[in-house]
Amino acid sequence: MIDGKDKSSIIQMFHVHKHYGSKKALIDINLNVSKNEFLFISGPSGAGKSTLLRLLYLGEPVSEGQVLVDGMNLSRISKKRIPFLRRKFGIIFQDYKLISTKTVFDNVALVLEASGKKRKFIEKKVRSVLRTVGIEQRINAPPHSLSGGEQQRVAVARAVVGVPKIILADEPTGSLDSDSADIILNLLKGFHTHGGTVIVATHDKELIRKAGGRILYLKQGRLLGPTPI
Amino acid sequence: MATYYHRAVKDIKDNGFLSAVTIITIALSILIVSAFALFFTNANNVMNHWEKGIRIMAYLKPGISQKNFPDIKRKIQGIYGIQDVNFISKEEAFKRLKEQMKRQSSILMDLNENPLPDAFEISMIASSQSGEKVEEIATKIESLPSIEDVEYGQKWLERFTNIFDLFRLAGYAMGGIFFMAAVFIVANTIRLVIYTRREEIEIMRLVGASEKFIRGPFYIESIIQGTLGGIIGIAVLFITFKLISSNVEHSFKYELLNIKFLSPEFYCGIILCSMFVGWLGCYISLKQFLKA
Ligand SMILES: Nc1ncnc2c1ncn2[C@@H]1O[C@H](COP(=O)(O)OP(=O)(O)OP(=O)(O)O)[C@@H](O)[C@H]1O
Ligand SMILES: [Mg+2]
Repeated sequence: MIDGKDKSSIIQMFHVHKHYGSKKALIDINLNVSKNEFLFISGPSGAGKSTLLRLLYLGEPVSEGQVLVDGMNLSRISKKRIPFLRRKFGIIFQDYKLISTKTVFDNVALVLEASGKKRKFIEKKVRSVLRTVGIEQRINAPPHSLSGGEQQRVAVARAVVGVPKIILADEPTGSLDSDSADIILNLLKGFHTHGGTVIVATHDKELIRKAGGRILYLKQGRLLGPTPI
Repeated sequence: MATYYHRAVKDIKDNGFLSAVTIITIALSILIVSAFALFFTNANNVMNHWEKGIRIMAYLKPGISQKNFPDIKRKIQGIYGIQDVNFISKEEAFKRLKEQMKRQSSILMDLNENPLPDAFEISMIASSQSGEKVEEIATKIESLPSIEDVEYGQKWLERFTNIFDLFRLAGYAMGGIFFMAAVFIVANTIRLVIYTRREEIEIMRLVGASEKFIRGPFYIESIIQGTLGGIIGIAVLFITFKLISSNVEHSFKYELLNIKFLSPEFYCGIILCSMFVGWLGCYISLKQFLKA
């Protein structure tokens, strides 16, 4: 039943439930994500998209069921190993979650510092990533001085800088105009072409249409499949 | 490690006022506690000095013939803990008294008979100079048949020792209180820093930072604060001590007032203790407010 040996899948969910008190946010989710997949999870607001992503990086535990991520069984992993799990992911949060007291550079560098990289390497790597997202000239600015689109690009830079296996993007184009959204989409596509796995939670139909990956719909906590009915 | 240190120093700078208050509080606590310690080590030296000078006077019953004196002396010398026994005849004692009371010697002139008894002046070996031992020896001497009375500087020394012990107890209590106060202050500072950094800590965890990575700088920060506080406290005490003792030395030139500063082992110990205060405050705060 629980098949961790399946070489081609990187994420598996088995009969996963998530309740908040009596509120059922996710009901009996079964999901298999292959390596190097580009997956969209869509559905109306409150369907449980963000909740599903949170379960993957142990932002919170499942109420029932099993989750496997890259060979790790999340219900068995010790507290000490949680940071290792999280380093498999690059996460673009719905609300960016940039540290307001740090500069753009330091926000992105944090990921590499946390995994114990050398100062010199960090310096070079962060600059090059900020260059690819096109935000190089704001390197020493505090996040609040950036526009929404610029902040989102910093969030993307932070998500990719550690070369994760999987990117989780929660409404990555939430409040962006279509040009800015295209920049973000191209960054995600670039990561995908280099062998990464991408999961995007969004109700941006335009984005889904342009990207053209697999789509799964969520509705009231249930995974429906590729059609929103 | 280097990045932990940089982050810790940056934290101290960013929370400049808070850090300054913490360091000053620790410095004050260290200053007060070590001032007490300084007083006690010196008072202790003085006491030991006095105890060294302790003598027992054993007065002979009147009418004991002189040829018995060597025998009595031998008996006293046989008691364990005695170093030296000196005979002081009543004539000699009278002469000493007259010398001491030069101005009032007319009072003594009126006496037509020497009222003083013959006596032995007895000194003790070093290990028998404590209050209890002296009392024990004195009781033994007093029980000799030819001895009428013994006298020793015991009463006032004992009272002084009691007061001194009381002070010492108060010193320990104060040390304990200041220790806890300092730990509390550090814990509180770290708590406030955690509070201002809670967003940052949360995000660090989400991007895969280990607890060690998150906590390290807090420990370094509070150990730096503890160390600085300790060094400042000891430095202030040292300067104050130098100022006062150079003044005192001008007015008194007595061996008795040979006061010394704390030994290097002692003040290094205090600074270590202060570092420990920093560590402990941080530990408590992280345990309480930084649950994983
Ligand atoms: N911490 C929580 N406590 C209680 N209820 C929660 C919590 N988090 C989510 N929920 C509930 O779970 C359901 C799913 O929420 P979730 O944030 O996953 O929706 P979503 O699909 O991401 O919506 P949106 O598109 O608006 O971001 C909602 O009804 C929400 O109210
Ligand atoms: Mg959401």
